[in-house]
Amino acid sequence: MSRAPAIEAVDVSRTYQLDGVSVPALRGVSLTVEAGDYVALIGPSGSGKSTLMHLLGGLDRPSGGRLVIGGREVGTLTAPELARLRNETIGFVFQAFHLLPRTSAVDNVALPLVYRGVSARQRRERAAAMLGRVGLGHRLHHRPNQLSGGEQQRVAIARALVTDPTVLLADEPTGNLDSTTGAAVLELLERLNGESGVALVMVTHDAEVAARARRRIAMRDGVVVADSAAESGSTEVADGGAGA
Amino acid sequence: MRVAEAWRVAWDALRANRMRSALTMLGVVIGVASVVLLVAIGTGTKQRVEQQVEGLGSNLLLVVPGRLDVGSAPALSPLTLQDVDAVGRVVGDPSRVAVTVASGATVRAGNREDFTTVQGVLETTPTVFAREVARGRYLTGSDVDTGRRVAVLGDSVARSLFPDREAVGQQLNVAGVRFRVIGVFTPLGQSLGVDRDDEVHVPVTAAQRLYGTQRVDAIAVKAPDRERIDELGERIVAELNGRHPGTEFSAVTQEQILGVLGDILGILTGVLAAIAGISLLVGGVGVSNIMLVSVRERTREIGLRKAVGARPRDIGVQFLLEAVLLTSAGGLTGMALGVGGALLVAAVSPIPAAVTWWSLALAFGVSAAVGIIFGVVPAQRAGRLDPVVALRSE
Ligand SMILES: Nc1ncnc2c1ncn2[C@@H]1O[C@H](COP(=O)(O)OP(=O)(O)OP(=O)(O)O)[C@@H](O)[C@H]1O
Ligand SMILES: [Mg+2]
Repeated sequence: MSRAPAIEAVDVSRTYQLDGVSVPALRGVSLTVEAGDYVALIGPSGSGKSTLMHLLGGLDRPSGGRLVIGGREVGTLTAPELARLRNETIGFVFQAFHLLPRTSAVDNVALPLVYRGVSARQRRERAAAMLGRVGLGHRLHHRPNQLSGGEQQRVAIARALVTDPTVLLADEPTGNLDSTTGAAVLELLERLNGESGVALVMVTHDAEVAARARRRIAMRDGVVVADSAAESGSTEVADGGAGA
Repeated sequence: MRVAEAWRVAWDALRANRMRSALTMLGVVIGVASVVLLVAIGTGTKQRVEQQVEGLGSNLLLVVPGRLDVGSAPALSPLTLQDVDAVGRVVGDPSRVAVTVASGATVRAGNREDFTTVQGVLETTPTVFAREVARGRYLTGSDVDTGRRVAVLGDSVARSLFPDREAVGQQLNVAGVRFRVIGVFTPLGQSLGVDRDDEVHVPVTAAQRLYGTQRVDAIAVKAPDRERIDELGERIVAELNGRHPGTEFSAVTQEQILGVLGDILGILTGVLAAIAGISLLVGGVGVSNIMLVSVRERTREIGLRKAVGARPRDIGVQFLLEAVLLTSAGGLTGMALGVGGALLVAAVSPIPAAVTWWSLALAFGVSAAVGIIFGVVPAQRAGRLDPVVALRSE
């Protein structure tokens, strides 16, 4: 396996300024997300999981350290360049779905392609195909409020994957769903990870869910306290990559 | 993102929020409609007045005592028929000089009566003022010289006194004195709510006897040529000032009257447009307000769009285009309403209304500009939103 890592973080920190007080949310995190990886990110509330996800997805910039997404150093990119990087390499899935209201499923899924200059017809075709892959081929023109929670999250997953990203970042994707629906969504994510080789990084509070991942990263107080990949010795590969 | 795509995104966002979009437009609709309608009324009134002044006949010179200025009170006239003869000598052609001594009077025929303006005039009136007689004949020189009690009726008077009979040849009672109807004028119609056919012409000599006066109110002259009309006016004024040392006279041309009226009506139109412009401005502020609310309301949408790859500029342009689309659509709707309103006003009321292209272009341009000006701040705010904060907002 000599493929370049999808995301590489070296000693990344993130400090929020809150009314003049510095709040360190991340304090030196180093990790590598390999292509096709399946990572569960666990840790107590407030440990910095979401903050890390935002950084890994290029939605936010680190206060310190080095962050490389898809081979590009985030610190050197302008805002439009970073937006383009997000569009091309990252897919986000949020706990709260974040679908556009009063907008059909197919148009929601097609949204990322708008910012990529894909023609309207092609957008619809690709969005419809993607909805088919998440099992919603019969719900193309439903609005979010006409869909169940599980269906809404599947629309969001289709939207995250319609651009063929290398990494899918899912922050508690089943957090708003009941256990049965949640399990189905989880299965879908795992299937897509297996099928298309998109790396999956998922924040979860559920130990059982975390146990199914190929790799587990545990956080506490803004630092990584355990990384199962490191235990098995594969961080050495990442460290070697970073040093090269 | 390409420009056509940006319009589409903005359009889709507006359609997804129809109710809010419609309410936002309302202020602009009202503003533009009132600009178009009020300017149309102002312009229509001005045009109507100009037509009427021009309709008095060309090269007209009105000679009145006192100064003809906006706001100055009309002076009591010291003019007599001797002055009229003198003016005729200055002009060199008495057939170009007309006079009037007018008063309101009750006229009767049988058991019908009407209150109207009875004007004492010379036989020259049709030449000077371009009036036409529809039936019968007008006054002659001998009617005037002998003070014959004959009358020419305006169309309205004729129809009100003799609804079922031909007026010409009938007897008429003016303020207790019997007159014979010799003619009926061709109708002139309404102007500014005034019925221009509500008048009776009698020989000036008969009118003076009727009113117990030697005076005439005003003298009108049809100048022989346009170039020297001002000079002629000055000579007439000099002659009259010489004859009446205590009084100042003025001679005004149609152009001067038009100028004064045009100034007044121009100011009126300007004031109306300004009032309407203010309402358009208020509409613009409303757009800005609602766009700001919209940015806040759609914070999560903005965060999401950024998460999937929208650049700050894409978001800013989207909101700016939304504002421009809203105000332009509002502008077009307002234009349609304004034009419709103007046509309605012109059709069902005596108020004239003339829609002008410049007012349409101005109203539309201003509404689009309002969209840009008042859309910039919300658009910038939307573009600069931190996506992480935006996605966290509830
Ligand atoms: N915008 C912000 N301003 C100030 N502090 C923030 C901000 N966002 C997050 N924090 C702080 O950073 C820390 C990490 O927050 P984060 O949301 O990453 O935690 P988390 O691990 O995702 O928690 P949870 O499991 O509850 O979602 C917390 O202490 C939080 O209060
Ligand atoms: Mg979180």
